[in-house]
Amino acid sequence: MAHVKNHDYHVLPPSVHPFIGAVGGFLMLLGAVFWMHGITAVLFWIGLVVVLYTMFTWWSDVVQESHVGDHTPVVRIGLRYGFILFIMSEVMFFFAWFWSFFKHAMYPMETYAGSLYEKPEIHAIDPFHLPLINTLILLLSGCAVTWAHHSLVHGNDRKGLINGLAIGIVFGIAFTVLQGYEYGVLIMHDGWQFGGDEFYSNFFMATGFHGAHVIIGTIFLTVCLIRAIRGDFTPEKHVGFEAAAWYWHFVDVVWLFLFFAVYIWGTSGL
Amino acid sequence: MADAAIHGHDHEDSRGFFTRWFMSTNHKDIGILYLVVAAIIGLISVIFTVFMRLELMEPGVQHMCLEGARLFANASAECTPNGHLWNVLITGHGILMMFFVVIPALFGGFGNYFMPLQIGAPDMAFPRMNNLSFWLYVAGTTMAVCSVFSPGGNDQMGSGVGWVLYPPLSVKEGGMSMDLAIFAVHLSGASSILGAINIITTFLNMRAPGMTLFKVPLFAWAVFVTAWLILLSLPVLAGAITMLLMDRNFGFTFFDPAGGGDPILYQHILWFFGHPEVYIIILPGFGIISHVIATFSRKPVFGYLPMVWALIAIGALGFVVWAHHMYTVGMTLNQQAYFMLATMVIAVPTGVKVFSWIATMWGGSIEFKTPMLWAFGFLFLFTVGGVTGIVLSQAAVDRYYHDTYYVVAHFHYVMSLGAVFAIFAGVYFYLPKMSGRMYPEWAGKLHFWTMFIGANLTFFPQHFLGRQGMPRRYIDYPEAFAYWNHWSSIGAFISFASFLFFFGVIFYTLRAGAKVTVANPWNEYADTLEWTLPSPPPEHTFEILPKREDWDKQHAH
Repeated sequence: MAHVKNHDYHVLPPSVHPFIGAVGGFLMLLGAVFWMHGITAVLFWIGLVVVLYTMFTWWSDVVQESHVGDHTPVVRIGLRYGFILFIMSEVMFFFAWFWSFFKHAMYPMETYAGSLYEKPEIHAIDPFHLPLINTLILLLSGCAVTWAHHSLVHGNDRKGLINGLAIGIVFGIAFTVLQGYEYGVLIMHDGWQFGGDEFYSNFFMATGFHGAHVIIGTIFLTVCLIRAIRGDFTPEKHVGFEAAAWYWHFVDVVWLFLFFAVYIWGTSGL
Repeated sequence: MADAAIHGHDHEDSRGFFTRWFMSTNHKDIGILYLVVAAIIGLISVIFTVFMRLELMEPGVQHMCLEGARLFANASAECTPNGHLWNVLITGHGILMMFFVVIPALFGGFGNYFMPLQIGAPDMAFPRMNNLSFWLYVAGTTMAVCSVFSPGGNDQMGSGVGWVLYPPLSVKEGGMSMDLAIFAVHLSGASSILGAINIITTFLNMRAPGMTLFKVPLFAWAVFVTAWLILLSLPVLAGAITMLLMDRNFGFTFFDPAGGGDPILYQHILWFFGHPEVYIIILPGFGIISHVIATFSRKPVFGYLPMVWALIAIGALGFVVWAHHMYTVGMTLNQQAYFMLATMVIAVPTGVKVFSWIATMWGGSIEFKTPMLWAFGFLFLFTVGGVTGIVLSQAAVDRYYHDTYYVVAHFHYVMSLGAVFAIFAGVYFYLPKMSGRMYPEWAGKLHFWTMFIGANLTFFPQHFLGRQGMPRRYIDYPEAFAYWNHWSSIGAFISFASFLFFFGVIFYTLRAGAKVTVANPWNEYADTLEWTLPSPPPEHTFEILPKREDWDKQHAH
């Protein structure tokens, strides 16, 4: 039987990436446990390197496959579905942190009958100071990425694409730097603690996970910038860029919720 | 390199062992890997319970001694009860069964293997990511087993906190065992989420030409709905256990009242995942049962469209009933009333399914081949479990039944008997397709009857124990509960023997079972696309997409 096919789906050859990646993930988490229990941190770093190596080689392969034409229109639809679904799962991850925040904000433990808990003195911060500036920076970054997207789609303006992406990335890095600065001030100067009270727990985990997502999104945009400079994207075919832009907007929206909930509402009672 | 597979040979499988099983991008091979690993972990998890039932056979502690676990009671030797070992075993049994046996077997195994075949897709949407799901599952499984054998609470091995990992116990439990268990659930969660993304994308994007949504076979629909539940509920669990991890290791106080936290919050977030979880477990089973019943009744399934909508309704309602697991934590009356009502509403779509299965059989020429026996057993047992579920859904009644053996009996009837019977139905139904060999009919039937009797003998008396007030999760009990515990343990031993026999049946079939030469060893009512393929199917299937007449068996109206 001659080997023929009449579909445009992408049937992949065997690959060793998943196996190595899973081994790396296992070593990383086992190493994290060892680290947390004061045994050794080495295993964690080895695992992390393996995971990062897998990510790099795997996604390099994906880019290569795109170049040789494996990403037909129907495959591109699938990739988009996949990424939207991934973002939905991320939304549900933040759902847990917001649940915890709202619970503690609406039903604080000190109002429970018989509770011995007293809220500690927490140095109040002004959400309309640095946090508001950071909000504007992140939103502007989202605008720049949208500008890049429009430049690409309408008229294939590569200069606009590159400039928009570069500005978006710079704003993204600025957000991370300012957020790091704010953490520093809160902990070193204002006496905030990493843990120790539900307020700190909610604040640092929610904004911390958001910060991690900002860093990931910035890396994602940077990869897109490199690919844009190489000329990988066309107005019809730019799933990688689209995914990065969606991800970035998702990070934006989470921040808006964080700003209104954790910063404005959360610090109003301090 | 990228399109090597497309130009590969389909007459001879030239892949090496490592390439085929460790680097696979083939949904059928990955499905088989899932089934094999799930079977091994299932055996471990069942051994845990058989040892527990051995301990519970007589009042007093005879086997789980601090001086060392004993298989045979020894009246002359000292035996100090080792409650920690008991707690580790119930925790291990729950976590392994929930995350590492039933979901991987039904969703990972059958879902991977048959969902793409049923919709006529050449493979999954993301074949390489599919393999990542599998290996992350193996990584998680390994970590869960490591957790049992690493330093834990009470200066012993393992964590004894129950599969729900409730704080404060799970935060206070010493050693690294608990952290390993948390990361094991993280890994399995990542695996399931990636799998869910893959399944949803495949279902939406890769159906055969002309196969509109409401022409998709019921099993594929069931897996699709399950994938949505996984996608939306598992990340919430990931958040909850990350909070646990922070509380345990970094002095956070999400769940510690001394720091303003709230342990009840954990219960809410856990069950917001945990209730969809029980539907994640059972829905793919529903799909398998629909096909088995239709095939062996020689009738198309009754009420296809309501069956689909019932799946969707169960999935959606599953997200809004979580707190019925925690009626006794001190919720307001209104909250309890709401959760009670919402829970009972689920009985409606579930009833649609059960009655549609019965209506499928009604007037059919029923043939009691082994898969049909399992499906029949499923129907009976799942209904019993469903009815006790209605009892438990009532907040007032739950005051008395909460944390008793009645609950244990209830959820084992729906899960261990419902979901596991569905797995066995699927194994016997699809074994000829997957392996190209037919199991010996008498052996399948013997397996069924011993398991049916054993499982009922195990769990039915637990209703009585629950009504007598015996609490769950204890290593020992007063003399008054001895009678039914004795019978329950005998049932567990029969089930265990039956389970071991099952492995024998599978080994025999794979080595020496009669060859299946036809594409469809059953009858024309097994009319989905997988039955148009050779048995076993070649490495690549549907490279030529199926034509409409291959799968659309509906007569023009």
